[in-house]
Amino acid sequence: MDEVEVKAMVLEILTQVAPNIDTAALDPAVAFRDQVEFDSLDFLNFVIALGERSGIQISETDYPKLASLRGCIGYFTAQAHTKEQSNKAKKP
Amino acid sequence: MGWDRISKSGSARRRPRMPSYEAARRQFSWAEARAALDGLPEGRGLNIAHEAVDRHAKGPAGGRAALRWLGKDGTRRELSYAALAGLSDRFANLLRDLGIGKGDTVFSLLGRVPALYVAVLGALKNRSVFCPLFSAFGPEPIQSRMAIGAAKVLVTTPQLYARKVRALRADLPQLEQVLLVGGAEPEPGCQSFERRLEVASEDFVIPPTDPEDAALLHFTSGTTGRPKGALHVHEAAVVHAASARFALDLGPEDVYWCTADPGWVTGTSYGIVAPLVVGATLVVDEAEFEPERWYRILQDEKVRVWYTAPTAIRMLMKLGPDLPRRFDLSALRLAASVGEPLNPEAVVWGLKVLGQPFHDTWWQTETGGIMLANFAATDIKPGSMGRPLPGIEAAILRHREDGGVEVIGEAGREGELALKAGWPSMFRGYLNEEARYRKCFADGWYLSGDLARRDSDGYFWFLGRADDMIKSAGHLIGPFEVESALMEHPAVAEAGVIGKPDPVAMETVKAFVALKPGFRPDDALRREILGLARERLGPAVAPREIDFLDDLPKTRSGKIMRRLLKARELGLTEGDTSTLESSS
Repeated sequence: MDEVEVKAMVLEILTQVAPNIDTAALDPAVAFRDQVEFDSLDFLNFVIALGERSGIQISETDYPKLASLRGCIGYFTAQAHTKEQSNKAKKP
Repeated sequence: MGWDRISKSGSARRRPRMPSYEAARRQFSWAEARAALDGLPEGRGLNIAHEAVDRHAKGPAGGRAALRWLGKDGTRRELSYAALAGLSDRFANLLRDLGIGKGDTVFSLLGRVPALYVAVLGALKNRSVFCPLFSAFGPEPIQSRMAIGAAKVLVTTPQLYARKVRALRADLPQLEQVLLVGGAEPEPGCQSFERRLEVASEDFVIPPTDPEDAALLHFTSGTTGRPKGALHVHEAAVVHAASARFALDLGPEDVYWCTADPGWVTGTSYGIVAPLVVGATLVVDEAEFEPERWYRILQDEKVRVWYTAPTAIRMLMKLGPDLPRRFDLSALRLAASVGEPLNPEAVVWGLKVLGQPFHDTWWQTETGGIMLANFAATDIKPGSMGRPLPGIEAAILRHREDGGVEVIGEAGREGELALKAGWPSMFRGYLNEEARYRKCFADGWYLSGDLARRDSDGYFWFLGRADDMIKSAGHLIGPFEVESALMEHPAVAEAGVIGKPDPVAMETVKAFVALKPGFRPDDALRREILGLARERLGPAVAPREIDFLDDLPKTRSGKIMRRLLKARELGLTEGDTSTLESSS
């Protein structure tokens, strides 16, 4: 997944959990809950949906990394990169 | 139950403030508990704010930290008992200057900021009634509560005012004053909290206060009708002081952290009043739940007594034991929980991972203070709500057909959990709802609406609600309030709301919606309705999930059968459906 794809996925799931969020006004660097009404159960549902959509098993200790849009982009692009590397490594 | 008791005998811990439960129950009297408080000087009565701050401020404890406030941004600010007494004197004078007096209602809509604590105590000194609202509420719960409570003053921030209150001003004709905390130039119809506070006198003498004078107002929503404003009086401080000692083992030298927001009753009774009345140091964290931050606070502030909630504990458990092991939690002496029943796994997890088991407690908005608890000195039965505090009589009741009730003496039988009426922090009424208040009592018992059983050792076990109320993340949510907000969407014909079982929050709010003709039940509409509900109610109360149905099951009289919706959701047998409209 590249940055554009990650962003689309994150915003899509964000508005699935909290459809009243104005995603255009989000500051990517600020935690979701510090700029919109988004409580800890919303966050949990958000992370679970991200895991389902991306097919990536998100470790619970990584949850804090997904608190902001920038955090999500960093996490998923790095995951994609790791996957690519391991795929390459498998090829003879 | 498959879970071993957690034994307290022989553990090398400090002697609890209540060393023997049995002896404390035998010897207890409310008269003595009252005598443990000072009362206002010269026999002028009893005022919570005097017990909470003034009596400590004037003595040797005046320099001790009452409040240790941790800002979101890492700021740390301490307020001594003397400083808090001075600031709350100023706020009391500020109210008096504004013409706000005895019995007038002062509301707050604030996060956990120092101004909130100053405002509560100052309003109590002025004998006004204080009602803290949860800042994540949407405009609808705010408007209904302020209208029912006849709010004369609101203390809030410029941001919350602009987002949630400004548009409601026309619907709140009784609201005279809005005080804005922080922010430069307040907008029209508002005044600066700081500026008014600065010019108010720091010299205030609490007027004579009857222990039965109204002090605090907490809202609770019902299964039908409007939210109910449960009114508490100054005498509640007697229970706050006694229960802090009995159930939380809390005393003057303790650093104490209650994670509940003062917008809910726990955050006021045990997040403000009780710890200050006993002279403890209260840790207040402005930020929302964040595991690493929480462990760091427990470590750095050397929290000795911690009162938190099952949903938070279960979220910490999900993250596993590695994170807490990086922190030194050895200062922790007692961990307690409230909000919904704590599952036994969580109790035991506390012992294994934090070094202290969680002590579950039970009480409600209406009870004003902790009524049942697992105690520091007694064995914990994981999964149980514990036993009644000294001075409290609890029983399991059966309802008779004539409307009366009788106590079920036999252990292990299911019935309604009830308390012998008359303890000092019992609510004195629902505002303007005498009939609903009376319905809470029968034959001298307060009826909790919770179904439970008592075992042969006298421990109580929660089984469920007797009504349709939803317990989610420690909050009691009334389905009616949620359904009403859903009905505001033009596409919604009918709505039924239930609590769906959830491994973290115990229940989450789930809505079933039937649409008016001409609307398509698609994902776009689902999001639109969900968005509207969140906008109106705020995330804590709004549904997390919406299902569309062609029509909702109803009784012959047209009442939506939430129980049947829930039974279907759970895949249970539906029971007798003969009264259903759709089946006839």
